[in-house]
Amino acid sequence: MATSSNEAADGHGEGGEARKVFRGITDDVAKIALSPTPKWWYPAFAVSNLMLLCLVVALYHLFTTGIGVWGNNNIQGWAWDITNFVFWIGIGHAGTLISAVLYLFRQEWRTSINRSAEAMTIFAVAAAGIFPIIHTGRPWFAWWLIPHPNDMGMWPQFRSPLMWDVFAISTYATTSILFWYMGMVPDIATLRDRAKEKWKQIGYGLLALGWRGSARQWHRYERAYLILAALSTPLVLSVHSVVSFDFATSQNPGWHTTIFPPYFVAGAIFSGFAMVATLLVPLRYLCNLKHIIKESHIEAMCKIMIATGLMVGGAYSIELFVAWYSGNAGEWFTFRNRILGEYSWAYFMMVSCNVLVPQFFWFKKCRTNPWIVVGLCILINVGMWFERFVIIATSLARQGVPGMWGYFSPTRWDLLTMIGSFGLFFTLFLLFVRFLPVIAIAEVKAVTPEAHAGKDHH
Amino acid sequence: MSTTDDDKPNGGNGTDEELHGLLAEFDTPGALIAAARKVKNAGYTEFDCYSPFPVHGIDAAMGIKATKLPWVVFLGGLSGLFLGTLMQWWMNAYDWPWNVAGKPTWSIPANVPISYETTILLSVLTTFFGMWAANKLPQVWHPFFRLDRFARVTDDGFFLGIEAGDKRFELEQTKQLLVAAGASHVEECSVDARPAARSVPRWIWAVMPIMTMLALIPIALVYKARATKSPDPHYHIFSDMDFQPKAKSDQPFAEFADGRANRAQAGGTVARGQLKADDGYYRGLGNGQWLSGLPAQVEVTPALLDRGQERYNIYCAPCHGFDGAGHGIVPERVAMLGGAWEARNLVERSSAVIKMPNGQIFNTISNGNNTMMGYASQIPVEDRWAIVLYVRALQRSQNAVESELPPGSEVR
Repeated sequence: MATSSNEAADGHGEGGEARKVFRGITDDVAKIALSPTPKWWYPAFAVSNLMLLCLVVALYHLFTTGIGVWGNNNIQGWAWDITNFVFWIGIGHAGTLISAVLYLFRQEWRTSINRSAEAMTIFAVAAAGIFPIIHTGRPWFAWWLIPHPNDMGMWPQFRSPLMWDVFAISTYATTSILFWYMGMVPDIATLRDRAKEKWKQIGYGLLALGWRGSARQWHRYERAYLILAALSTPLVLSVHSVVSFDFATSQNPGWHTTIFPPYFVAGAIFSGFAMVATLLVPLRYLCNLKHIIKESHIEAMCKIMIATGLMVGGAYSIELFVAWYSGNAGEWFTFRNRILGEYSWAYFMMVSCNVLVPQFFWFKKCRTNPWIVVGLCILINVGMWFERFVIIATSLARQGVPGMWGYFSPTRWDLLTMIGSFGLFFTLFLLFVRFLPVIAIAEVKAVTPEAHAGKDHH
Repeated sequence: MSTTDDDKPNGGNGTDEELHGLLAEFDTPGALIAAARKVKNAGYTEFDCYSPFPVHGIDAAMGIKATKLPWVVFLGGLSGLFLGTLMQWWMNAYDWPWNVAGKPTWSIPANVPISYETTILLSVLTTFFGMWAANKLPQVWHPFFRLDRFARVTDDGFFLGIEAGDKRFELEQTKQLLVAAGASHVEECSVDARPAARSVPRWIWAVMPIMTMLALIPIALVYKARATKSPDPHYHIFSDMDFQPKAKSDQPFAEFADGRANRAQAGGTVARGQLKADDGYYRGLGNGQWLSGLPAQVEVTPALLDRGQERYNIYCAPCHGFDGAGHGIVPERVAMLGGAWEARNLVERSSAVIKMPNGQIFNTISNGNNTMMGYASQIPVEDRWAIVLYVRALQRSQNAVESELPPGSEVR
C-alpha cells in the first residue's frame, strides 16, 4: 500500500530531520518511565519511604494521644503545624506559576520544567493539606468543614478565614490535579503506544482516555489549556492571599498587616522556585535530560529567585518600617522583640537565607554550577521555613499581657511529623519520576523549530 | 462504501471486514497542513488530521470553527459565583443566621473569598469535563488504533484520515488525492463488520448487575441503621473522651462499700471555713433567741452603711424597691402581666419587719422566707449585716417625725 510521490520524497530530507528531532524527544522522556528502574532510584525511594514511615508513626501517636504530644501550648497554639502548612502550600505555588503564568506570558522555556513543577505543586499541596487537618485536635471530624446537611442542623461559618482556607486549598488542589492530568494525557498516550508490557499498555491506555492526537481534539484541548492557565493565575494569587488572611484578619500584632497577601505570594513563588531547582538540577543529570532542561532554564529560575527574594526583602523592611511609623506600641514592641528578643536567631536565619543568599545568583558562576545552585536553593528553603516560623512563633510569644508570654520548644513528634511530610513529598515525586512523563513531551516538540518544518512561509 | 480486498495487511480474517477509511502519513507538519487544505478544498468533510503535538495553522486549513468552550466555561463560572453566594447566604443568613458579635448576618465582603473560589472551581470543572465531552473522550478504542503505523501519531508521525462514510469517498480517487497531496504512505483501515464484534461482551452483562448489587449493600446498611433502634451503644472508633476512668457525682460506683460515688464527710472532721461556731455572727442567734442587737464583729460606721446601701440596691431593690416600700421593678412587671404578687413592704409602720429583731432579718436574708429565696450563697456574711443596718436606716428615715430632724433643717 505504501506510496511515495516525488513531492513527498523531496520533502523527505527535511521531514526526516524533523522527525528525528521529535523521535529523540519521545525516546529521551519515554524511556525514563518505560525502561527498567535506574539504580539511583531504589536508595532514594527507600530513604523517602523511611521518612514517610516517620509520618505514619507520628500521626498514629498524635491521633491516639492528642495534640499535647507537640510542643504547642496555650500561648503557642499555632506552631510547627501551621508553619509546615504555610511552607508547603508556598512551595506548591511555583508549579502553578510556571505552568500557568509563564504560559500566559508565552515563556516557551517553561515547557521543559512545567510538568515536574506541576507534579511538585500537587505533592506539596498534599503535604500541606495534612497539617490543618491534624492540628484540629480531633481530625476525624474534619469533614464537618464540608457544608452538608446533618443531624445537628449546623452549617460552617463562611466568614471565618479558616473556612476560606478550606475552599481555597481544595479548589487549588482540584485545579492543580486536573490541569496536571489534562496536560499529561497526550504524553500518557505516548507511553501507551510505546509500552511493551500488557499491564502498562492497559494502565497507560486507560489513563490516556483514547487520545489519538486529532486536530479537532487538539483545537479544543489547546483552548481548554489556555482557559485553565487563565483560571489558575488568579487562583494561585488568591490561595496564598487567603492563607495570609488567616493571620492578617486577626488582631495580633505582627499578624494584623495589610501587606501580608502580596508578601506571602512573593515568598511562596520564591520558595517554590527554590524547590523546583532543588529537584530538577539533580533530575536533569540522573535522567539524562540536560538537553531538554537546559542550563539557561536553571539560570532563568535563579533570576526569578533574585527578583522574588528582593520582593521578600522589601516586604521585611516595609513591615518593619510600618511597625515603627504606625506609632502602635504593641506592633513596634512585637517587631523589636522579633529582632532583638529570644527569637532573634530565627529572625537572622530568615533574613540571611532569604535576602542575602539569593544575591549570589547575580554571579553567573553561581547560576551555572549545579552544586552551588542546589546548595543555595536548600538554604532559601530553610530560610522560607523560618520566615513562617518567625511570623507565627514570635508574634504569639509576646501577646498583650505577660501572662500570655512564652517560648516554643518543639518535641520529637514535631520533628518526626515535619520529616514525615518531606517523606510523603519525596515518595510521591519519585513515583512520578518513575512512572509518568516527567517532561511535557508534546509541548516540548511544539516549541522546537522543527515544529514548523515544511510550512510554506507565505 | 467499498469493501476491502483479502490481501489487506491489517485485514484480520478478511471476509467479515468493512472499510473504515484511509490513513495517509506525512513527514512534516507543513506537509500535513498543505494536504489538509487540499482535502478540504476537494469537498471532504469526514476527515481529521492526527499529530503528536498541536500543529499551528491546521485549524484554518481544515476549516475548524472556533470552539464554543469559552462560553460554556463563562456560564460555568457564573453558576459558580451564583451557587457559592447562594450557599453562603442560605446557610449563614437564612437557614441558621450566624450572629457574630451583633454584626449583620449577611455582609458581602466577608463572603467574597468563598464566592471567588467557587467561581474558579466551577469554571475549572466546566473546562476540564466540557473539553473531554466535546472531544468525545474517553473513547478507548478507535479503528485507526488497529494500524501499527498509527502508534507513531504520539511520537513523530503526521497523519490524515478520511472516513469511508464521507459522501465524496471513492477508494481509488481518494487514495490518488492523498498521494497527490504529498502522503509518504497511504493505508486502508478496516473494522470487523460482524455484529458480535461490536456488541458488549457477555461477561460484562453478568458483572454489571452483580457489582451494582454489591455497591448497594453499604447504602442499605446505613439506611437500616438509621431506620431501626438498637439497645447497643454506637461504635466508638475514636472515644472522644466519652469514657474516662472516674466516678461521677450522684452515680452508683461499685468500688466503694456503700456503692455510691459520693463520699460523706469523714466523721469528727471540720473543713477549713466550715466551722462557723459563732451563732450570733453567722446565724443571728443569741441564747436560742433572735439577736436584737448586733454581733460583736459588726462595727457600725458610715462606710458600712454605704456598703449596705450599695448591696441593698443590687440584691434587694429589684423586689423591695429602693425605698423599701415593696415597689421594685419585679412586682411592677408582675402587675403589668396581670398577676397579683407584692414584695413585702419593709418600712411601713405596721410592717412586721419593723418589729423583727436584727437576727431574724439577717436570717431571712440568708435563708429566705415565703417566695423569697435565700441569698447566703451570693452575699457574704458581713455584707448581709450591712444590709440589715441599711434596712434599719430606711425604716428610720421613712417614718421620721419632725422632732427627729436635726436642728436647722426644715420640713417642705
